[in-house]
Amino acid sequence: MARITASVYTSHVPAIGAAIDMGKTQEPYWQPVFAGYEYSKEWMKDNTPDVIFLVFNDHATAFSLDMIPTFAIGTAAQYTPADEGWGPRPVPLVQGHPALASHIAQSVIQQDFDLTIVNKMDVDHGLTVPLSLMCGQPVAWPCPVIPFAVNVVQYPVPSGQRCFNLGKAIARAVKSFDEDLNVQIWGTGGMSHQLQGPRAGLINKEFDNVYLDRLIADPAGLAQMPHIDYVREAGSEGIELVMWLIARGAMSDVNEGRAAPKVAHRFYHVPASNTAVGHLILENT
Amino acid sequence: MALDKPYLDVPGTTIFDAEQSRKGYGLNQFCMSLMKPENRARFKADERAYLDEWAMTDEQKQAVLARDLNWCIRTGGNIYFLAKIGATDGKSFQQMAGSMTGMTEDAYRAMMVAGGRSVQGNRYIGEDGDAQAHRQPQGQAGKA
Repeated sequence: MARITASVYTSHVPAIGAAIDMGKTQEPYWQPVFAGYEYSKEWMKDNTPDVIFLVFNDHATAFSLDMIPTFAIGTAAQYTPADEGWGPRPVPLVQGHPALASHIAQSVIQQDFDLTIVNKMDVDHGLTVPLSLMCGQPVAWPCPVIPFAVNVVQYPVPSGQRCFNLGKAIARAVKSFDEDLNVQIWGTGGMSHQLQGPRAGLINKEFDNVYLDRLIADPAGLAQMPHIDYVREAGSEGIELVMWLIARGAMSDVNEGRAAPKVAHRFYHVPASNTAVGHLILENT
Repeated sequence: MALDKPYLDVPGTTIFDAEQSRKGYGLNQFCMSLMKPENRARFKADERAYLDEWAMTDEQKQAVLARDLNWCIRTGGNIYFLAKIGATDGKSFQQMAGSMTGMTEDAYRAMMVAGGRSVQGNRYIGEDGDAQAHRQPQGQAGKA
């Protein structure tokens, strides 16, 4: 039986990827950001899963306005890092896990979530930056990845409650897969940031830290937060944080009445480019 | 019956909803085309001619030619699409975001290093924060 053992949450700022790719991680501006992931890289080596289910958003890369799926699951064998306009990141190809991905797709659709099934998709910084932060610069990523793209570009994006419920459905789907697999679920994006208009550059440390507290201890309550609170308090692009609720909804305290997850790591830093960086590792007990 | 749009009273912010997306379809798809190197080269060789190949309003074309991202957004652009123009010009996301505030690149970067823009006074239109309409443009541009 496959099981979800841990969840990881992290911002996925493109400039972080550029800093890694250009060897700038020890520069004074970037050093504090990467220091926050030193523990995480060690943790990843000690807790390498068989598969990562990686929730992210596409930033007008694979999906244009021709088609915008609200939830899209990658069932392909392989994904190429995208050229987002600056050239593709020099990172390994992403290997998929078609058997588990198609199983999850079928199970989650039967639980009334209308997933779009994707067999061809280039993956942008939303997916590759979290992998770089957690795994460094390996010649190959340590395990297969199932990309799960959420629309947070065009409003209305899915609500926090719907994301949280989707996480529960994913947990049930993973549990019903016969092969004995250790699966991690990652929620990415955020934290507070706004990239547009005269309000660009908004950061709200108080909101972000309360968000981290509640994600750990009160995820069901946090899931009820309406969109407008994210926009007003955390900036128009802070809405990405709803994706963290998908990962949190898949944890065993939510689904099996188990004890609260162990907080293996927590980190917060301002800024990375325009964005507040938040990061958590939660282990199922 | 009107749709519920509770985000219209957030200052300095345009939410890319279905209505904006409808207005900006041609503009945003033009931006997407810049992900291909050959299209970037054609655009740079003759911007106006390249823009004329797209189903865009003249105002949208003017906004792109002026590299006025706030204007692009008003006419239906979305920042993740508009970022392809910035990439074509060799601009970082921070340079693009900063350009919409009126601040210089250095001043915007310094604001971020100091902890970013405060939400105080910037939650609702009518307050007195630095993102409010009556305080634009910001930085030195506002003092000129």
